[in-house]
Amino acid sequence: MSKSSSLKLLTRFNNNADLLGLIFMLPAASILLVFLTYPLGLGLWLGLTDTKIGRPGVFIGLANYESLFHDSVFWLSVYNTIGYTAVASVFKFILGLLLALLLNQNIALKSFMRAILLLPWIVPTTLSAIAFWWMYDSQFSIISWILIKAGIIDSYIDFLGNGWNARFSVVAANIWRGIPFVAISLLAGLQTISPALYEAATIDGATRWQSFRHITYPLLTPIIAIVMTFSVLFTFTDFQLIYVITRGGPVNATHLMATLSFQRAIPGGQLAEGAAIAMAMVPFLVAAILISFFGLQRRAWQQGSKD
Amino acid sequence: MAKDLKMDAPAETPYSEGGMDYLLTRQRKFVTVYLPLAAFTFILLFPFYWMTITTFKSNDDIYDYERNSPFWVWNPTLHNIKKLLFETSYPEWLWNTLLVSVTSTFISLFASVLAAYAVERLRFKGSRWVGLSIFGAYLVPPSILFIPLATMVYKLGLFDSRWALILTYPTFLIPFCTWLLMGYFKSIPFELEECALIDGATRMQILLKIVLPLAVPGLISAGIFAFTLSWNEFIYALTFVSSSENKTIPVGVLTELVDGDVYHWGSLMAGALFGSLPVAVLYSFFVEYYVAGMTGAIKE
Repeated sequence: MSKSSSLKLLTRFNNNADLLGLIFMLPAASILLVFLTYPLGLGLWLGLTDTKIGRPGVFIGLANYESLFHDSVFWLSVYNTIGYTAVASVFKFILGLLLALLLNQNIALKSFMRAILLLPWIVPTTLSAIAFWWMYDSQFSIISWILIKAGIIDSYIDFLGNGWNARFSVVAANIWRGIPFVAISLLAGLQTISPALYEAATIDGATRWQSFRHITYPLLTPIIAIVMTFSVLFTFTDFQLIYVITRGGPVNATHLMATLSFQRAIPGGQLAEGAAIAMAMVPFLVAAILISFFGLQRRAWQQGSKD
Repeated sequence: MAKDLKMDAPAETPYSEGGMDYLLTRQRKFVTVYLPLAAFTFILLFPFYWMTITTFKSNDDIYDYERNSPFWVWNPTLHNIKKLLFETSYPEWLWNTLLVSVTSTFISLFASVLAAYAVERLRFKGSRWVGLSIFGAYLVPPSILFIPLATMVYKLGLFDSRWALILTYPTFLIPFCTWLLMGYFKSIPFELEECALIDGATRMQILLKIVLPLAVPGLISAGIFAFTLSWNEFIYALTFVSSSENKTIPVGVLTELVDGDVYHWGSLMAGALFGSLPVAVLYSFFVEYYVAGMTGAIKE
């Protein structure tokens, strides 16, 4: 009797979705709450204190943000981050889409091409950034050497010694790293478009551009929106490339908010100030996500999807 | 190998490509397709080529482009590799990276399978909300978390230990894996589970004996992706670890091979090459899973 009732209890327990759901969620939820949600709050709090490495701080209100507001290096990093993200994202999108369209053609060794072109995205960014650092060397840059041999320039380019050169150099490295991700994701979207649509359009006399503009692009927009949201998000919070190639130099010209935050917090010891800079990125990120979210919703509604 | 595995969710039926290829002449195709493609391939792969040949060059050749063409290794040497393997802590970094990546991947997979199943199939109260917040967690970038995490790691006494990395990597792995696995679980028919429920199987049995075997491609995708993400992680490893014997490869190569203002490009490139090779080899075996993982996480 008692055995069967306990068995019943076990069965009920096993099939109670709410209770079981709670238990199943436990490992993931506890890790994420302790190491993600709590630090997020802690970061917000740290930004409101004067904590330094090795010295607990006290609440000082918005003083950190106030001093950042008058800090020209901070504003430089904000402009750099926005410019870096905007330029790199536009190029990643255009070149990525172009590469996706090329890979969607009937070409030889298609899957092999797709595999090797994804390499820049698979390999540790830090390590490929070191390769770029070497290619940007002021005396032994292979890029300069090729351009000189081709007769395009006369002297070695000082890639990382001059503010604007350094900016373009890191943006180029970022684009290089981001193209494969955009291209392969968009390729997956392209492959779901029925060729019948193109055939019909061609019979109706559409040019290649018209086919692209009125078939490919509209059908691809949902995926473009998601891919570009991710791309913008990761570019905006980029740290590795800059840290490896320029460390924010020359004279802060390439500092992004993430690298400045690291610079002030860890080597500089000003944990609170670093946390405040990191928190200052949040409004931008939220704006980027909301724009894409509402953009997506509108399209889902246009396509008659309920969810 | 991976062709018959049904990598993708239902809506995905790749159409035969190049349906209207006959409208292109061979010359035109060469100019509009193969030429641009060759340019992309050259630019995307050149840094790896340069990395590889610099590794095998002697110092004389690294700094002299005029005597021999710089695009080939004329006097190959293993000097840089020997230096990397025997005069630096590279073997220790490799071991650390492997240990940290494998452990955090398994922790994350375990937590993610349970969470994804709960959200996607148990449909408990608020499961939709939980699913959305997991996606939200995926959007929280490490560069705004590393400072508070550093103070936590320090207070917990984990600073400069592998545990600091093993415990923090799941913060970006779990959201990613859960999101990916939710997509896979969604594609498994409900009817299978209903049959099992009628036959008296418990939820745990259903998960272990029906859902997981059917989601193996998804598990592999999530697993190798998580492994790669941990292998490539940089900012946490840079912040939470300071002594050479606990560093991971990306941090070790960057911080220990650069001494002062003298850059030993040969050994730096050897470090970059040997840090990239393990993921590149893994990738070459599982290309289809990587693509499925990447596009799967995007499409949801």
